[in-house]
Amino acid sequence: MSTSGIGQSVRRVEDIRFITGNGNYTDDISRPGQTYAFFVRSPHAHATIKSINTKTAAAAPGVVGILTGKELAADKIGGLICGWMIHSKDGSPMKAGAHPALAVDKVRYVGDHVAVVIAETLNQARDAAELVEVEYDVHAATVDTATAAKPGQPQVHAEAPNNTVYNWHIGEKDATDAAFAKAAHVTKIDLINNRLVPNAMEPRAAIGDYDRGTGTYTLFTTSQNPHVARLVLSAFIGIAPENKLRVIAPDVGGGFGSKIFIYAEETVCIWASKKVRRPVKWVCDRTEAFLCDAHGRDHVTHAEAAIDASGKITGVRVKTTANLGAYLSTFASSVPTYLYAPLLSGQYNIPNIYCEVDGVYTNTAPVDAYRGAGRPEATFVIERLVEVAARELGRDPAEFRMHNFITTFPHQTPVIMAYDTGDYGASMKMALDMADYKGFAARKAASAKAGKLRGVGFSAYIEACGIAPSKAVGSLGAGVGLWESAEVRVNPVGTVEVLTGSHSHGQGHETTFAQLVSHRLGIPIEQVTIVHGDTDKVQMGMGTYGSRSGAVGMSAIQKALEKVIKKATTVAAAVMEVPEDTIDFNDGIFEARGTNKKMAFGEVALQAYVAHKFDSEKIEPGLKEGAFYDPKNFTFPSGVHIAEVEIDPETGITKVEKWTAVDDFGTLINPMIVEGQVHGGIAQGIGQAMLEGTVYDKSGQLVTASFMDYCMPRAHDLPSFNVGMTTTPCTTNPLGIKGCGEAGAIAAPAALINAITNALGHENIAMPATPQAVWQAAKSSPHKIAAE
Amino acid sequence: MSMTMNGEVQLPAPRAVVWEKLNDPKVLAACIPGCESLEQDSPTEMRAAVKVKVGPVSARFKGRVELQNIVPEVSYRIQGEGEGGIAGFAKGGADVRLEDGDFGSTKLFYDVQATVGGKIAQLGGRLINSVAKKNADDFFQNFTAVITGDKIVG
Repeated sequence: MSTSGIGQSVRRVEDIRFITGNGNYTDDISRPGQTYAFFVRSPHAHATIKSINTKTAAAAPGVVGILTGKELAADKIGGLICGWMIHSKDGSPMKAGAHPALAVDKVRYVGDHVAVVIAETLNQARDAAELVEVEYDVHAATVDTATAAKPGQPQVHAEAPNNTVYNWHIGEKDATDAAFAKAAHVTKIDLINNRLVPNAMEPRAAIGDYDRGTGTYTLFTTSQNPHVARLVLSAFIGIAPENKLRVIAPDVGGGFGSKIFIYAEETVCIWASKKVRRPVKWVCDRTEAFLCDAHGRDHVTHAEAAIDASGKITGVRVKTTANLGAYLSTFASSVPTYLYAPLLSGQYNIPNIYCEVDGVYTNTAPVDAYRGAGRPEATFVIERLVEVAARELGRDPAEFRMHNFITTFPHQTPVIMAYDTGDYGASMKMALDMADYKGFAARKAASAKAGKLRGVGFSAYIEACGIAPSKAVGSLGAGVGLWESAEVRVNPVGTVEVLTGSHSHGQGHETTFAQLVSHRLGIPIEQVTIVHGDTDKVQMGMGTYGSRSGAVGMSAIQKALEKVIKKATTVAAAVMEVPEDTIDFNDGIFEARGTNKKMAFGEVALQAYVAHKFDSEKIEPGLKEGAFYDPKNFTFPSGVHIAEVEIDPETGITKVEKWTAVDDFGTLINPMIVEGQVHGGIAQGIGQAMLEGTVYDKSGQLVTASFMDYCMPRAHDLPSFNVGMTTTPCTTNPLGIKGCGEAGAIAAPAALINAITNALGHENIAMPATPQAVWQAAKSSPHKIAAE
Repeated sequence: MSMTMNGEVQLPAPRAVVWEKLNDPKVLAACIPGCESLEQDSPTEMRAAVKVKVGPVSARFKGRVELQNIVPEVSYRIQGEGEGGIAGFAKGGADVRLEDGDFGSTKLFYDVQATVGGKIAQLGGRLINSVAKKNADDFFQNFTAVITGDKIVG
């Protein structure tokens, strides 16, 4: 057994280059003759463009070109697309307005793209942008999620009356209403899932480079899925056919979903590179990222649970309004629908669920997938609902959850999902033990003595990862299939290159994927190189999001590896002159049973390429295999997080005292990397629950557009995480992997708000629970009042 | 985002003098902090270019200013809007009212309502009120210097 195989905490091989400054990010790349783009953006949330005068700007020093929506339209460059069709409950398709990469007649949010100035240097582009004169006719803006669809609100798109993109629903309404009619107890809650700005460490960037000699375009871009970018830029936006368009996503410094989407900026850079006959580079600054990267969450929800006399949940009813922003981003429509409501069963056996979702336009930045994408929103709903129900019924929240847990698998929920496997009770019991839940009462009493309010909160989350069976998502409206591809190229001396359609932007694929190859082929990890992020090298792929790279991407590699081993076995049999079915392959050695004949993997590779010792009429030379893997089902990671907080009611400061996370991710390839994913996810979830809030004022101005006003979690906000694992391997993929990339961000907000509300003794606090909000809420805390 | 500010200053000159200076574009140009030009198009309309710095954002605002609701020697409203290029925009107005003060002085009351947008709102939001207050203070300090003759406007 090698020390670099599956289950080993191998140190990340890519980190050496990242931490020594040798990464190769898009902004590290320069092309000969490169120019710089600066975007003229709308300062208004909603306005008609009366005129754009570029005359003075065009004469400014260094200006190479100024382009507007008019030129874009004249070149027949299509608008940005939303790739998932959602139908309203009346059967009508969603109502989407056009989304040009440069605004044509109207601007619809602050930061919307009005023109691009391209110059010899970035400063010249920026200075010239100051000289572009845009005359606006300013309109009132629609900003608020809850009221956007009310009659009389300013209309964002004429195509979507009352700003309504869709009125979608899922589940059986009548059966659910009947469950409520018979309920012994009904719990009702109102929630806001606060809007977030993604804030990856590396801002977005793009270089468009048109080669006049060959007529090919190359786009360097910060993408989580370069092949999807190429597909969209070719087939829908119409930049160039796929064979004339190469997309390279080199090292990418984090994405969290925000780099899945095909944005205006890269579209404009690649198109403009032909217009100005020079490479065009754009690098986003941090405030532009706040304005224009697709935001996350932003739901307003009313939820109810019906509970029978024995304490079993018999029905859940949810009504959500989801803010989609000013335009539909690439996957915006699917996030608050199919990635959200099918998770409302949580870990519970709930026979009836009905959920309605209204997707609304507002004059704000587009909203799309952000770490967890729909599942954090669903978990926040069901885990707040269950917690409040337990409190209302006077039951222990852990015991009430276990009373309602699904205990037999497979389990079909009333909202699409069929959970293959899990052991929710095991995670809960382990978490209770690790968190010393029994000792909580004593710790609470000690805090009370010191004038502090202590609370504990649970989140028993489930997520659907490894998106997804292509046929299934196709039937739900997805415009693409969600398989993954891999190609394993064995070199003559036995080193291996693996080309994968997954994309690594922080996940550590160069390590974990190599571990799988090392494990299966029995070769040292140093002999394996993982290649990704270039459409000229990897033929096709669907990219990385939804915790799919392990469950889907590695399954594709596994499938290709099995083909390689089969071919190598054929070669080895021919060379050793033994029947193929007598050969065993273990730890890198092909051994003929019952003989002393054996060959190492590298020797077989060499023989495959020299092709001296077999009949090449019967056996093709070479050793290279590819595979496409389409998952059979989603995977269902689950777990229990327990947060324990202490609030100082005099200052409103909430200290996260303890955090226990017990997760079931199925097979772990690299436990250290998995634990890192859990840590990062929890940090983001704590950020959402306590610190991060995106604020647009009534006129649609983003007033939290920098780190001065938008608070990110820092090390001192976080406790040392207590992480445990249980394992029920996924039954629907060959490796048993479930996925771990989003779990922490999904679980954490509910656990933390449950802990804070437990400490306060009432439910009236919204995210982010900042010190000011907690201080206000603590004034009406029955625990505080009793103490006084 | 919107911003409001009001205040009261004591000016060492009678109302008639204050009123005259308040309607003199040359005086206003000399007193408005960062004013690069102020040109009169009509007795009540002016065009201005003003350089403003709010925290990390520095911008040259170009815009129109109009005097409205004029009650000579008593009150008017200055209404204006300006574009600051990529820094954003500002629009709003100030109601100005004069009252006789003690010993031949004048009390001036001002009440400003403004909205700003774009980069200046995104980055300067928290600083706008203090910048506006400082600009108002600087304006009246300059204005006082003009009416006392400490500052000559030619």
